[in-house]
Amino acid sequence: MIDENDEARAALTRRQMLEAATVSGAFLLAGLPQATHAATLPETEPPVAAVAVTLKVNGHSRQMLLDPRTTLLDAMREHLALTGPKKGCDHGQCGACTVLLDGRRINSCLTLAVMHDGESVTTIEGIADGNALHPMQAAFIEHDGFQCGYCTSGQICSAVGMLAESRAGMPSYVTEDLSVAHPDLSDREIRERMSGNICRCGAYPNIVAAISEVAGEPT
Amino acid sequence: MRSFTYERADSPAQAAAAAAKPGAKIIAGGTNLLDLMKLQVETPAHLVDVNRLDLANIDDTPDGGLRLGAMVRNSDLAADSRVRTRYGVLSRALLAGASAQLRNKASTAGNLLQRTRCYYFYDITKPCNKRVPGSGCAALAGFNRIHAILGASDQCIATHPSDMAVAMRALDARVETINADGATRAIPIAEFHRLPEATPQIETTLQRGEVITAVTLPPPPPGRQIYRKVRDRASYAFALVSVAAVVETANGRIRSARIACGGLAHKPWRIERAEAALIGAAADAGSFDAAATALLEGARGYGDNDFKIPLARRSLHAVLADVTRT
Repeated sequence: MIDENDEARAALTRRQMLEAATVSGAFLLAGLPQATHAATLPETEPPVAAVAVTLKVNGHSRQMLLDPRTTLLDAMREHLALTGPKKGCDHGQCGACTVLLDGRRINSCLTLAVMHDGESVTTIEGIADGNALHPMQAAFIEHDGFQCGYCTSGQICSAVGMLAESRAGMPSYVTEDLSVAHPDLSDREIRERMSGNICRCGAYPNIVAAISEVAGEPT
Repeated sequence: MRSFTYERADSPAQAAAAAAKPGAKIIAGGTNLLDLMKLQVETPAHLVDVNRLDLANIDDTPDGGLRLGAMVRNSDLAADSRVRTRYGVLSRALLAGASAQLRNKASTAGNLLQRTRCYYFYDITKPCNKRVPGSGCAALAGFNRIHAILGASDQCIATHPSDMAVAMRALDARVETINADGATRAIPIAEFHRLPEATPQIETTLQRGEVITAVTLPPPPPGRQIYRKVRDRASYAFALVSVAAVVETANGRIRSARIACGGLAHKPWRIERAEAALIGAAADAGSFDAAATALLEGARGYGDNDFKIPLARRSLHAVLADVTRT
């Protein structure tokens, strides 16, 4: 029987391993892909040359040596131990991997890290101001905007990006009059604009309430 | 995902030269290509990244139209004030597609070149003439609820998934390209996408190594513009049927009309003959019915998608009633 302490130790070990892998990543990675794929790929598969990628992640410059196939999501999770962005579907359908790229929300699973060399990425780990929660994080807690929490980091990053889009005057499919420069952010607008983030627990009413509260706050 | 080498293009002509090499493929937003690469539906040996080319501007043209750079993101195109006020059908079509995260990445050129969402094209264990020419079509006798009712062949019944392209077809857009030699041309959008015929793997009239640099829109046509999308969910789903309409009416009669449909064929479906029959006609149910009949001439279902024929007819009715309402 596994008690809570065992589970905590197991989790700690997993995290330590991840961090250790990150530290030594630059040395291991160049040879890793051929080794792991050797059994499944045809012998004609050319060797993979690792590429150097520098990203500014949550305000810090991070250098990595990556297989070109590495998605931005895998770079965050597997190379930088930032496991806030979640791998839900890995096909751009669920939104759990949402991060902000130069301030704009994107699905980090559907882009390659190498395509973003020199660019800035914000994950859920970088949303707060030190120990002070971002207003969107606080609102999700206040309104109980989650149950299992798996989609939450993507929901919050997406909501932050969505508010920036709304404040810049971007319309949505349900905007009645496209000529209005700054469409109001009604609940219907929030639902449409957040449709790229799926919550299997169905916490949608509380997610909309949390976002609506932050949308109404002065900037 | 199969391994590949990566390069970042310096210029459109250099991208074209790089893309002309065997196994090379252009990557723009990547939202469709990477999805397909993960499933090994697409297996390029080399990727040419065009994201940093200077192709992300929207410029006014001397004739009063707009030139949309190939790398303008779908969200930026939809939000541009000129597009919103003068080409509402395009703005609305873009906003009907995908999710906000995907629209922030997806490009104008990439949207035109996206591949079908046919389940069998995506499933590499199934025959698909589009993925493996000559292997057969699993959709013909399979579950074909989302498939084509017009312009299909006995080789392929896939549909083109774009909303944006449907609006561009109604607006008579032109696709500007460059090749490795630096030669440019403009392809009318009517001739850009192909019907499947015997070669469903060839989806456009682009030549190998020909790169899209822009899409130009002529001055906005007169009349009211509407894009209506009918789908299984209220948001974030591909069209079963969509209708882009630009119709001008005066004194209860139709003066000009442009109608293009999505979700019905391997390309945006527009029949100019159906529009010609509307000119001078009363804006009433009889005219709408005649236009729908002409536009859907030759439609056939394959079983699960039989419902699309009446759905398209009713969608056309509803849109024409809306767009001519006084």
